[in-house]
Amino acid sequence: MKMAATSVGLLALVGTIVPPAVFMLQSLAAGEGGSPALSLDSVKAVMLLSTIAWFVAAPFWMKVE
Amino acid sequence: MSNLERDIEELEEAASSEYERQRVPQKALKGPSAFWGMYAGEHTAGTEFMIGPLFVKWGADAFSLIVGLLLGNLLAVLTWRYLTATIACEQRLTLYYKMEKIAGRGLVTLYNLANGLLFCFLAGSMITVSATAVGPFFPPGTIEMPTFQSTMPTGPAWIISCIAIGVAMTLVALKGYSVVAQVGHYAAPWMFLVFVACALVTLGRLGTADVWALLTPAAGTPKTISFLGIVFFSWFCNAAMHIGMADLSVLRFAKKPSAGWASASGMFLGHYVAWICAALLLIYWVRQHGVDPQVGKDPGTMVNDAVGWAGLICVIIAGWTTANPTIYRAGLAFQGMIPGISRTGATLLAGGLCIAAGIFPAFAMNLLDFVGIYGTILAPIGGIIVVDHFLADAVGIPRDPAERSGSAFNLVVLVAWLVPVAVAMWLYKTQGVFASYLPLPCAIACGLIYIVLSKMAARDAIAVRA
Repeated sequence: MKMAATSVGLLALVGTIVPPAVFMLQSLAAGEGGSPALSLDSVKAVMLLSTIAWFVAAPFWMKVE
Repeated sequence: MSNLERDIEELEEAASSEYERQRVPQKALKGPSAFWGMYAGEHTAGTEFMIGPLFVKWGADAFSLIVGLLLGNLLAVLTWRYLTATIACEQRLTLYYKMEKIAGRGLVTLYNLANGLLFCFLAGSMITVSATAVGPFFPPGTIEMPTFQSTMPTGPAWIISCIAIGVAMTLVALKGYSVVAQVGHYAAPWMFLVFVACALVTLGRLGTADVWALLTPAAGTPKTISFLGIVFFSWFCNAAMHIGMADLSVLRFAKKPSAGWASASGMFLGHYVAWICAALLLIYWVRQHGVDPQVGKDPGTMVNDAVGWAGLICVIIAGWTTANPTIYRAGLAFQGMIPGISRTGATLLAGGLCIAAGIFPAFAMNLLDFVGIYGTILAPIGGIIVVDHFLADAVGIPRDPAERSGSAFNLVVLVAWLVPVAVAMWLYKTQGVFASYLPLPCAIACGLIYIVLSKMAARDAIAVRA
């Protein structure tokens, strides 16, 4: 259980930071007037799902002192 | 058993389990990892969304932000490490108990009043920031959001938002804040990434990764904060905690003074990366939407625009997890000074004051000044503790004088505390001195006055005995 929660938690953190990073890189590559393949709406949706996943998974493996 | 007796018993139990009136024993000491996480979480708060954009309003340039913040935060970490953590590990006492030994219980009560009131205004600012995240959930225009220039409530919908958030925070504080503290702990790594995500999306939308160029204000932008101002702000925005010694209560549990380095996680993640990320949010609105930096844009709208609901959740949680313990602590401070008031009554009083402060955006919108004033009022007490710990024997004044004499109110400490603070407030109000410049001279002046007055008092006592 703890291992599964840890995996979900880490994936959630990846889902929080990777989509914005990809959005930025694609926007910079597309240049002025171009648009990134990954839309901002998709970034927002993945981030929201990752947020939910993080708060579901974190209590199972994060130690609180 | 009456409620009062139960409350007293609970408080005594808490006090004994947290070693509030004794040295922390060896078995209760914690390793450095406990402090790295705590500092990272505590200093990535909702107010960071406010401070970054306020730098933009004040016309801070790229060098000041990138180098000045680095230097100021480094100085803050060094202060934590070499002053606070050193004293904490040698004394292993809370600030309050150490103060009681020097200043007497009566003066600790006065300090509690100042601390409690300032806590309320700080928590009020967090309520304001959290309330800006409510607006995007409703159709545009339903809640008029405050700007940097707002001092009064923007309308009934805004007041209701603040009251709803403030009441919820107060009710949780009444139940004890362990759940919210846990949520804060879980949220810390995610919250930091949301700040970074905001910046990444903003850079993508602005089509450049040249952060230096973006942080450079447009020609003609009035510059009201200098490089030194940024250094001193980042050094002393937590003056009450490090030079003011409030963190003795935390760091007394550290095995070694090197635990003071853990403050670097809070300073460089929260007060460096997060502030710059938050500043970029406003820069986007200034460049793409023509927003006047002097007017600004509320954090809720900016974060929702950049990263959506995840950002709004972050704004609410970031405000909530830091405001909640603050309300709780303010309640305890009021309980300590109002005889007969229950913990529920004291927490409700604190919550009411926080909500009142939160409704008025003036506190959040003047956060750069407010944290300076907060440090100016509370940091001088740290100056006295530094003198007592490091210099008392060398300059020939007694250590822990109130404990030795059995005094409940050390007048020397009161005078040494209030005189520099009064002068500093005069400089701030009438001469326009930036508030963050004041905590350091105030703490030094307080320490020096304390030495002089203590020596005079000792001489008088010898003369009377003779």
